[in-house]
Amino acid sequence: MAEAPLWSVLVLPAVLAVVTAGASAFDAVLEARAAGAAGSRARAVAWPLREAARLLVGQRRVTTAADGLLWRVGVLTVPLAALLAALVLPLGGVAVADPGVGVVWFNAMEILSWAAVWLAGWGPNSALSLVGGYRFVAQGLAYELPHMFALITAATAAGTLRVGGIVEAQSHLWFAAWMPVAFLVYLLSAVAMAFRRPFDAPLGRDLAGGAAGELSGVDRLVLLGGRWLLLVVAVAMSVPLFLGGGQGPLLPSWLWTLVKTAVVLAAVVWLSRRFPTVRMERFAEFAWVVLLPLTVLQALVVSVVVLAW
Amino acid sequence: MLSAVLAWVFGVLALVSGALVFRLDSMARVTFALLASFLFVAGEVLLLGLGYLGAVIILMMVMEMVIMAVFMIMYMMNPAGLMPMAMFHNTRGAAGIAGGVFVASALGILLVDWPRRAGRPPADPTRALGEALMGGQMLTMMTLGLALFATIVATVVLATHRGRYDRFGDDLRADRPADPVPGGVDG
Repeated sequence: MAEAPLWSVLVLPAVLAVVTAGASAFDAVLEARAAGAAGSRARAVAWPLREAARLLVGQRRVTTAADGLLWRVGVLTVPLAALLAALVLPLGGVAVADPGVGVVWFNAMEILSWAAVWLAGWGPNSALSLVGGYRFVAQGLAYELPHMFALITAATAAGTLRVGGIVEAQSHLWFAAWMPVAFLVYLLSAVAMAFRRPFDAPLGRDLAGGAAGELSGVDRLVLLGGRWLLLVVAVAMSVPLFLGGGQGPLLPSWLWTLVKTAVVLAAVVWLSRRFPTVRMERFAEFAWVVLLPLTVLQALVVSVVVLAW
Repeated sequence: MLSAVLAWVFGVLALVSGALVFRLDSMARVTFALLASFLFVAGEVLLLGLGYLGAVIILMMVMEMVIMAVFMIMYMMNPAGLMPMAMFHNTRGAAGIAGGVFVASALGILLVDWPRRAGRPPADPTRALGEALMGGQMLTMMTLGLALFATIVATVVLATHRGRYDRFGDDLRADRPADPVPGGVDG
């Protein structure tokens, strides 16, 4: 995989923006259909953009004795973490950067969301916000270890931590085909990482919006948009890790990457609407008692296969 | 050239945010100033070409400091931490110790007869690190891992409020655990 041409730095945010807008529009269509809302589908498709415009001109909420600095830093870090993690995301054969430790870099950047959501909850000096921030930390402790084992499994099979190398290692067989547990756990943890339903307890209705409860105007746009971006980047990473990246017949590899990302993203968005919100302490037990042993077993099987071949 | 400038910038910022740990008056800000300091150090390590170590420092420090924030705020003298507080304790003794350690370290830098560099950096530092840890030091690392794991298990067993006998009865025969919050994996 070639080192990045300069244009990829400009293309990446644009592609991410389009895919993110598409994903949230798809979610809005599903929402409108589930609510049985009258009105055209075009209206639902345009909803994310209308909402973004509304938030852009909205007034920013001020709370008493807020820690403004930490609050802003937390809110800004959500999209920033997603963008930094996306640097190693290959679009076809080209990534902005393809370092030898790409998988570790991706993991290190996405984990910035721990600090981000906690800070966003802490900042406004509001009890319900703070509870939301704490909820995300608890949820993080639940999803992170199975997530790391899923990443390690793909890296072990490829024998490299370089994302490009992991794609090349799947030229015969996609990793999703022979490590399905790691693939599914990865997608599950991607949704938990982006604190989207069913893992949206940190922003839960029972907390009047939780960590985002005191956010309005552009702050709200940055945090909620960043949350969508985080989901898109985390799900998009499953394509190079488990679905052979840009490999496929006929179409150019960048198009294959986009098609695979779109399919997985649509499936994740659709599926996540099928489940009610999961309390993080129940998810923690499930993650540690069920998911963690499963991912360790998956890693063991893959390691044995790698050693035997 | 660029990396030299970055190294200085990261170094200064790491020191400044480290000093801020003692100047700020909110536990949340203090914790995240410390995290910022660690992240700038990770930047220095990345500049040294040690990609794996740098990325792992970022990864571990963010996780660690977020959990640290939870505990620091839980145990601090003014709950919630929004009221002013100071990070100073035993100022005179601390100043003496810090000054002494600084002088000793600085003298060490100047006085030690540093060996000349032999050999060259490996092509893949990540692999070299893995071989150093898992090759010659395998026994040490395995023992260390086992000891750490045993410590974790023992600590949890000692700290836990309710064990399996509380959950499943004295003969461990209950079908469903008697948990204060129902609905776990068992029931």
